[in-house]
Amino acid sequence: MHVPDGFFNAAVSLSAGVVAAAGVAVCLRGARRELDDRTAPMAGLVAAFVFAVQMLNFPVAAGTSGHLLGGALAAILVGPYTAVLCVAVVLLVQGFFFADGGLTALGVNITLMGVVAVLVGWGVFRLITRSLRGRGAVVAASFVAALVSVPATALAFTLLFWLGGTAPVEIGTVAAAMGGVHLLIGIGEGLITAVTVSTVLAIRPDLVYGARELAAPLVLRGAGGDVTVTSESPAPTAPVAARRPGWFLPAGIAVAALLAGVVSFYASSSPDGLERVAEDKGFSGQAADHSLGEQPLADYGDVGGIPVGVAGLIGVGVTLAVGGGLFFTVRRRDEGSGRGEDSGRKVSV
Amino acid sequence: MGAGHHHRLHRPGDTLVHRLPPQCKLAAVAGFALVVVATPREWFWAFGLYAVLLAAVAVAARVPAGFLLRRMVVEVPFVVFALAIPFIGIGERVTFMGLSLSVAGLWAAWNILAKATLGVVASVLLAATTEPRLILLGAQRLRLPPMLVQIAMFMLRYLDVILEEMRRMRVARESRGFVARDVRHIPVIARSAGALFIRSYERGERVHLAMLSRGYTGSMPVIQDLSAASRQWLVAGMLPGAALAVLLGSWGVA
Repeated sequence: MHVPDGFFNAAVSLSAGVVAAAGVAVCLRGARRELDDRTAPMAGLVAAFVFAVQMLNFPVAAGTSGHLLGGALAAILVGPYTAVLCVAVVLLVQGFFFADGGLTALGVNITLMGVVAVLVGWGVFRLITRSLRGRGAVVAASFVAALVSVPATALAFTLLFWLGGTAPVEIGTVAAAMGGVHLLIGIGEGLITAVTVSTVLAIRPDLVYGARELAAPLVLRGAGGDVTVTSESPAPTAPVAARRPGWFLPAGIAVAALLAGVVSFYASSSPDGLERVAEDKGFSGQAADHSLGEQPLADYGDVGGIPVGVAGLIGVGVTLAVGGGLFFTVRRRDEGSGRGEDSGRKVSV
Repeated sequence: MGAGHHHRLHRPGDTLVHRLPPQCKLAAVAGFALVVVATPREWFWAFGLYAVLLAAVAVAARVPAGFLLRRMVVEVPFVVFALAIPFIGIGERVTFMGLSLSVAGLWAAWNILAKATLGVVASVLLAATTEPRLILLGAQRLRLPPMLVQIAMFMLRYLDVILEEMRRMRVARESRGFVARDVRHIPVIARSAGALFIRSYERGERVHLAMLSRGYTGSMPVIQDLSAASRQWLVAGMLPGAALAVLLGSWGVA
């Protein structure tokens, strides 16, 4: 699903770039909570793992095979912030070193496969594990989270395509094709994610970030029969600092709404999917005619008297200013607060 | 994705392009990609000139055409998609050799093919003439967050280790007669992924402890002087500069 250069118009590429920059900036701060000062080496190795896992092809149905996106898997194993960072780094490296995915489409790619896939996957996972507890629930939640994250990413792609794709393809066709294929891939992704998580749970349960609440409290029994229960979880890998659930709840609600929409779409369109799309073509064809027929001209011709090159350059400047400013403030704050934490932690290590 | 990632990326050499500081080259490639994407798709000859510019860089860097072509394999999935657009596109249609094709679809296919190909070639040239580590140091000098750069560096350093680990697991599976044929075989692959994650994560913990014991304080020391002279910026700026000149020139003509 790596989008190349020239696939989306300038406006969508730039706005997606801003979203991606903001998302990565937020995650740079959040990842410190998940990994503390081990962020760089751990996230680097997890990124390498995500890269490797993306090369695992699995058979979906006769003849076709898909490969993991890995967003939901990474979120459940190492936490959502680190997962977004890892996927973003994987995409960055793929774009610059392997020419996989365009450089101007980097924002789109990070937004789709990093932010959307991880956010949806983690949101679904949290929703389920909040109401159900236990190992089985974690594994089942992994399955559903990964299953949903893939078509959600595909639908986000469709949405962006509708906003500013450069190809004159009907939006209904794109949604049906992308959604259908990725629902299949999502089943594979869900199966692999669930079994992978259950394997890790069986061997090193402390490594599964999404299951850190399952860890039993440490019970110390003294010789005199006194029992001390430490309230703090003994997990050495993930610091169980008081995590603010804050924005996960709204995100979860949004995901639930999306899920409801998506699922009902599939449920209603499956018996007469083709007819439905064909019917829609009549009415959506006109809408598409309007938005897509004029879009390329509007985008590439003069917009309000400003030549496209200049508009592009202004947009790039704005993006750089916004993204750079975000990174700069985040970095400053991290450096400022990071020092004290580092020296404090070093003693304990 | 999935295939084509196993080529050697970097082609060592000592040409003008190789010697340029990495941050100059990064900025040049990004600027070039932006100019290409901003070019209206109707200006065929502008794209031709861009291709000539890239060819000039390839000649200056002594990167053979065969190497470029082999590295362009990553583009194949999107070429397939682009070729399908004229058939599924909507709007006015033309008949060519008995095939009914959408006019807007043809334009879109050309647009994606031309821009994506130019972008891919520019990236391949960057990766071929610059050591991966240096690209990241250049990115850091361009004010990319240091944490992101460090993560990417660790990823690149350990990528081969992890991929080798995965290859050994595959050899072990296949030497026991395993072939992934249908959905029932997914658990086997997934258990490999689980084992791979545990090995990666534990390796990360060991690496971190080793780094701490060698005095790691949260940032990697940079021992090279990567400062760029204004002359080098000028040389690197020739690629996007020339492309911009082409764009503005054709805008004046059109």
